[in-house]
Amino acid sequence: MTHEPLTQNRINDLFAQKSERLLNVYFTAGFPNLDDTCTVLRGLQQAGVDLVEIGMPYSDPVADGETIQQSNMRALDNGMTLKLLFDQLAGCRDGQSGEPVTVPILLMGYVNPVLQFGVEAFCQKCREVGVDGVILPDLPLDLYLSEYAATFRQYGILNVFLITPQTAESRIRLIDSETEGFIYMVSSASITGSVKGISDSMRAYFERIQAMALKNPRLIGFGINNHDTFETACQYANGAIVGSAFIRHLEQEGPSAESIRAFVQTIRS
Amino acid sequence: MEQLIEQATSFEVSDKGFYGNFGGAFIPEMLYPNVEELRQSYRRIMADPAFQADFQALLTDYVGRPTPLFLAKRLSEDIGATIYLKREDLCHTGAHKINNTIGQILMAQRLGKKRIVAETGAGQHGVATATVCALMGLECIVYMGSIDMERQKPNVDRMRMLGATVVPATSGSQTLKDATNEAMRHWINNPVDTHYIIGSVVGPHPYPDMVARFQSVISAETRRQLLEKEGRETPDYMVACVGGGSNAAGAFFHYLNEPTVKLVAAEAAGQGVSTGHSAATTALGKPGVLHGSRTILMQTDDGQVTEPYSISAGLDYPGIGPLHAHLFESGRGIFCNITDEHAVQAGFKLSKLEGIIPALESAHALAALEELPLTPNDVVVVCLSGRGDKDLSTYTKYLD
Repeated sequence: MTHEPLTQNRINDLFAQKSERLLNVYFTAGFPNLDDTCTVLRGLQQAGVDLVEIGMPYSDPVADGETIQQSNMRALDNGMTLKLLFDQLAGCRDGQSGEPVTVPILLMGYVNPVLQFGVEAFCQKCREVGVDGVILPDLPLDLYLSEYAATFRQYGILNVFLITPQTAESRIRLIDSETEGFIYMVSSASITGSVKGISDSMRAYFERIQAMALKNPRLIGFGINNHDTFETACQYANGAIVGSAFIRHLEQEGPSAESIRAFVQTIRS
Repeated sequence: MEQLIEQATSFEVSDKGFYGNFGGAFIPEMLYPNVEELRQSYRRIMADPAFQADFQALLTDYVGRPTPLFLAKRLSEDIGATIYLKREDLCHTGAHKINNTIGQILMAQRLGKKRIVAETGAGQHGVATATVCALMGLECIVYMGSIDMERQKPNVDRMRMLGATVVPATSGSQTLKDATNEAMRHWINNPVDTHYIIGSVVGPHPYPDMVARFQSVISAETRRQLLEKEGRETPDYMVACVGGGSNAAGAFFHYLNEPTVKLVAAEAAGQGVSTGHSAATTALGKPGVLHGSRTILMQTDDGQVTEPYSISAGLDYPGIGPLHAHLFESGRGIFCNITDEHAVQAGFKLSKLEGIIPALESAHALAALEELPLTPNDVVVVCLSGRGDKDLSTYTKYLD
């Protein structure tokens, strides 16, 4: 079986067409209810979100703050598993239960469930159900490059890496040259959902990275929770990622199409 | 004084932080600069004679080292072998944990850090951390599962009296695993001025190696003391309990390349390995990634970390250090599963035969003596990692 070359990927296609004010929204699979995954995904697509990041719930999400942790716990209590998530996604992509989902999808999570699933089996499944990329914050870059990059490439799955204000320039250059898709700029040294507003030191960091003229597009995440922070991020990068704020919204307002459209509108305009 | 920096050995950690298939640094990018700074400097700092002099002076004058190697005559008679106890319970604060916190606070000072964050389960590592922070005048924040805070209240009070801020970990199971997650999150949020003092031989490289080296004073002293008492530096068995495994790593360290020394790790079987209420990691676990390293951990088929159970809060951890995972996989270590019941009985036995009330953790190591095929000529050292005062309320439930 042959695979399309890596560049044929919804994420790369998206950035080829659009390079400004991209909105990537995160939600946890199986939250608030087990079967909400497709509902939320379709709601985000209809609301005009550019990319969707789906959290694979994990018992010990160390890079996440309270909001996302609790959504992970709730999803696990609901019975969410990686296997079930792949089954759900296959159904959303082929439109069995409604409008087909065409928006680029990333899976975000921690490395242990992926290792238990098997890295190659995971990549194969991603390909099969139309996942375009993954974000695994605790997968070390050197181990990825030496052990797993070839497998991800074989199945056409992008692996997106994080940089922070403390990441050395040489390491940013390495990430930029060795990965594609986009670079996930963590706005400040923090866990998710804990940043309040965008400070001068954050702007200085955004400018420093902007001046590096990286080959990959950049999306800024952590602390992007309203229209102002979204607009600010868009001044320095190709777009931004909203996570905890959307989880809080789902918790309070539920996953209906209207609720999701209203949330996305508050971020965009 | 013993040379604490061991020469390269086959159980030596690799440059990338692996012991065989286990170890490494599986950390989010937010922690990378901190862990990398530590990785690049820890060997150099530890090898610095001035650091060694400070470390040794504090171990001697503050911790009270060397700790005795005590020939337990009545226990020996009962077991049918020569049993020595390495008395880590006589260290200041009542357990071996302070060997590591003294080393790491000196390390933090040399790295220019101003604040210390730590996790604790039973509270022994938290107390040992709060103690060295008071000694050095550094701010101390200790995360502790809210359930553990209830069941180990005296240690919470000790930490507060020592000036530490104790923060309840309310996520997940609200025990040691979650306290560790919270301490890591705190470090992510405070990357520049804070050092994270991990309490066991777990976490991302270089922590397992650094902590093992600080704890290796246990086996360095044992070699010298056993030579004086038995005319030989090597016992037939070295026995220690393993939760994360820091006292075991220290007790095994200078014997790792002595194949005649059988290294025995006692894990907590809780109510029994197959009961669903156990912390016997090597019996129940599979390879995976927990708290920054690849090791053996208890998990579901989907890779979700499961909740361990043990009567001993210090052994109530779903993983083991990567060195121990390697000792298990390579067959170098002998792993025993000790139930709550058996550990408690062993604790009572030592109390009555030798006048020493052991910590419940250490009682697991004592119970392992009854599982080994010992003969009268065997010389056995048990690492008595801590004293049992903190466990009295548990022990007294078993009185009469």
